[in-house]
Amino acid sequence: MSSYEARFKVWRGDVGGGGLEDFGVEVNDGEVVLDIIHRLQATQAPDLAVRWNCKAGKCGSCSAEINGRPRLLCMTRMSVFTREETITVTPLRAFPVVRDLVTDVGFNYTKAREVPAFVPPDGLGAGEYRMMQEDVDRSQEFRKCIECFLCQDTCHVVRDHEENKTAFAGPRFLMRVAELDMHPLDAADQSGLDRKRTAQDEHGLGYCNITKCCTEVCPEGIKITDNALIPLKERAVDRKYDPLVWLGSKIGRRSPGK
Amino acid sequence: MSVVDRQEWDVVVVGAGGAGLRAAIAARERGARTAVICKSLFGKAHTVMAEGGIAAAMGNVNSGDNWQVHFRDTLRGGKFLNQWRMAELHAQEAPDRVWELETWGALFDRTGDGRISQRNFGGHEYPRLAHVGDRTGLELIRTLQQKIVSLQQEDFKETGDYESRLKVYQECTVTRILKEGDRVSGAFCYARESGRFFVLDAPSVVVATGGIGKSFKVTSNSWEYTGDGHALALLAGAPLLNMEFVQFHPTGMVWPPSVKGILVTESVRGDGGVLRNSEGKRFMFEYIPDVFKEKYAQSEEEGDRWYEDPDHNRRPPELLPRDEVARAINSEVKAGRGSPHGGVFLDVSTRMPAEVIRRRLPSMYHQFKELADVDITAEAMEVGPTCHYVMGGIAVDSDTAAARGVPGLYAAGEVAGGMHGSNRLGGNSLSDLLVFGRRAGLHAAEYATGLTGGRPLVDDVQVDEAAAEALRPFSAEGPAPGEEDGRPPENPYTLHQELQQAMNDLVGIIRREAEMEAALDKLADLRVRARRAGVEGHRQFNPGWHLALDLRNMLLVSECVARAALERTESRGGHTREDHPAMDRQWRRVNLLCQLTDPTGGLTATDPLHGQIDLVRETTEPIRPDLLALFEKEELVKYLAEEELYE
Repeated sequence: MSSYEARFKVWRGDVGGGGLEDFGVEVNDGEVVLDIIHRLQATQAPDLAVRWNCKAGKCGSCSAEINGRPRLLCMTRMSVFTREETITVTPLRAFPVVRDLVTDVGFNYTKAREVPAFVPPDGLGAGEYRMMQEDVDRSQEFRKCIECFLCQDTCHVVRDHEENKTAFAGPRFLMRVAELDMHPLDAADQSGLDRKRTAQDEHGLGYCNITKCCTEVCPEGIKITDNALIPLKERAVDRKYDPLVWLGSKIGRRSPGK
Repeated sequence: MSVVDRQEWDVVVVGAGGAGLRAAIAARERGARTAVICKSLFGKAHTVMAEGGIAAAMGNVNSGDNWQVHFRDTLRGGKFLNQWRMAELHAQEAPDRVWELETWGALFDRTGDGRISQRNFGGHEYPRLAHVGDRTGLELIRTLQQKIVSLQQEDFKETGDYESRLKVYQECTVTRILKEGDRVSGAFCYARESGRFFVLDAPSVVVATGGIGKSFKVTSNSWEYTGDGHALALLAGAPLLNMEFVQFHPTGMVWPPSVKGILVTESVRGDGGVLRNSEGKRFMFEYIPDVFKEKYAQSEEEGDRWYEDPDHNRRPPELLPRDEVARAINSEVKAGRGSPHGGVFLDVSTRMPAEVIRRRLPSMYHQFKELADVDITAEAMEVGPTCHYVMGGIAVDSDTAAARGVPGLYAAGEVAGGMHGSNRLGGNSLSDLLVFGRRAGLHAAEYATGLTGGRPLVDDVQVDEAAAEALRPFSAEGPAPGEEDGRPPENPYTLHQELQQAMNDLVGIIRREAEMEAALDKLADLRVRARRAGVEGHRQFNPGWHLALDLRNMLLVSECVARAALERTESRGGHTREDHPAMDRQWRRVNLLCQLTDPTGGLTATDPLHGQIDLVRETTEPIRPDLLALFEKEELVKYLAEEELYE
């Protein structure tokens, strides 16, 4: 076991403003950034606000930005930094600050409500569902999402463009549309709901220009862009003209539609 | 006159894990206007951490399974102390609760013919756990969350308001259940973000707050598990049942220190993982207790054959119920045969190809890789027991989930007692949440909407008292009357650490009389100091303040655990006494109930000698004969007292 003192800068403040505060704090073997934040609470700043729950990378509560990069505090090991480095922890930039590292993530809950729910198929009772594993694999990948909202935070469509928030659901909820669209038994079609069309018309799929920032920050390793957003764009293409898909098909990188 | 914000609902559900969300869905579908209130963000509850699966006798993988077999396994796992009617309802209704999730959009792993796949788990005779890799809890919580949203979407279409009939108050805490006379009248709450107080008026309150693990140092539980619901019920006058039974999951991570206690799913063993000591020996074969001798393999060869041919071989002893495995690991470490960091070795790397491990145990692979630099496809994990679950809880009526003695109060999930007896089987928790969450929601709604003669009214005096209690940490600087001047307020973080250390060391996996007495002394000391727990800053999202308030609950619940554990002079399930190592058939008929010493609901018991909890013994209801007939006589004689057998 070896301990050392690390230098931290932690953003403190609230809706009225704030700034980075300097701390020197003990670090032990195997610790993660959340351990250090907890040590600050217990020893130096008892009212330092931070969201967290499971401390095991399963709940997606402790999202913040570490040295400017959106990450889970509980899954960022101190060993990825040098001992000399000053580590800067700031709240998620795309959402309004509540206090210290806690932001108002209400945007995401609003968007979640705008995606129509799974539509159960007519004539199939509970216990009668039959689906092959290969047919549920893809939607299962999207259901690994822990709703940490790091993808929503990093996506440049909304990160510095508050004005886009009304029209754009963000990667997490476009992926939710894709998940339901690829669900083998979702009966949205029969109920008159075209999920592909709503992805374009109501959830702002067209804003996405597949820069893959969302995929890069996903702590679950979900291939949001490649497996959810691009296929959704391709499936929507016969409904609506999308210059990116058109361009993709012209330069031979993707075949249009299915 | 209090000036806090008031809102009126039919049913208030405290907690938004599996039980709370299922209760809310049931209540709303029954026509009750329902509010859910939870400490975290919606969708983050502790249920997300459940890994292995949901136990339900669907018989998809082995058609020999049915509710009777599931019932038998549950009673064996609980060493026959289970509230048998709950175990019966649970076994009967679990399949419907799982299938229902599919109609709400859940995607479980599939069998070859497209049905829900089921996996083996400790104590379950057949493959029984519906699962999604090793992230079943996430699937459960997300499905329930999305079902709630879909109900809100329906309400929006009809009323133009998503929250007209079902609202989630996220990041809010309930500190008191309010009553008029005996009956529930509402809940006193604060919003964590703003620190503002508010009251939800409601004739029905469903408590679904989960467990108590944060009173122990090494635990798989998240910060939310501070025994809130247990304490709320106690303070409202409802008794807690059999609080001595605390499950230590056999396999938590032991290294590095900062992740000590994080769960390693039982699926690792269910899918073929084995436990070895430092000598490389599969030691579990030495630890098969008499009651299970006929049911487990006696050799490694037989155990290994069982994975392929379960009809002609017996299961390996790594799949004994959790209490047995946890004690065995504890003994091996104590005997000096532990791993370098004080655990034992859990190995899948020599049992399955790397790609199979990565597919079947993806989050375990990820967790060890990210947090411990261990590649579980190439080397063994180091694991040891971790505080995981409390079998004890609010005493409830089996059919309605109504708490005893307090009309309008209901409880479901981990916070309710009885269902699991002295030890819970893996996988029975998620099914418990769904079965009894639904029942609690239904009955709470029926009670609330069927009230005649007016609703119980919220008493302003109680509201003012609750507000004063919640604000006390901000004015803790001054000395109490009659105390010497100049003592600084206590740091709530320090108090919490001392509590966790005491419970871990003195009321942990192996218990001794003198240590539990020492624990009660320590708890009394902490209780007095907790009165002086002070906080800095203001009320807006202040974690020090939140912890200071949670301490009340942890101290109450810890005292229940320690007192009941001291009283029960036998070893059974999640309660092991070094000074009383055998199971005693006479104790099988005894329930221990914890009640508040001061029935006025105040917390005046700050006198260090006088605790807050009284214990009452009660005789359990005899098991119904047709359920007893599901067992062989030879097995029953191991558990039941002579007179019970011939009644």
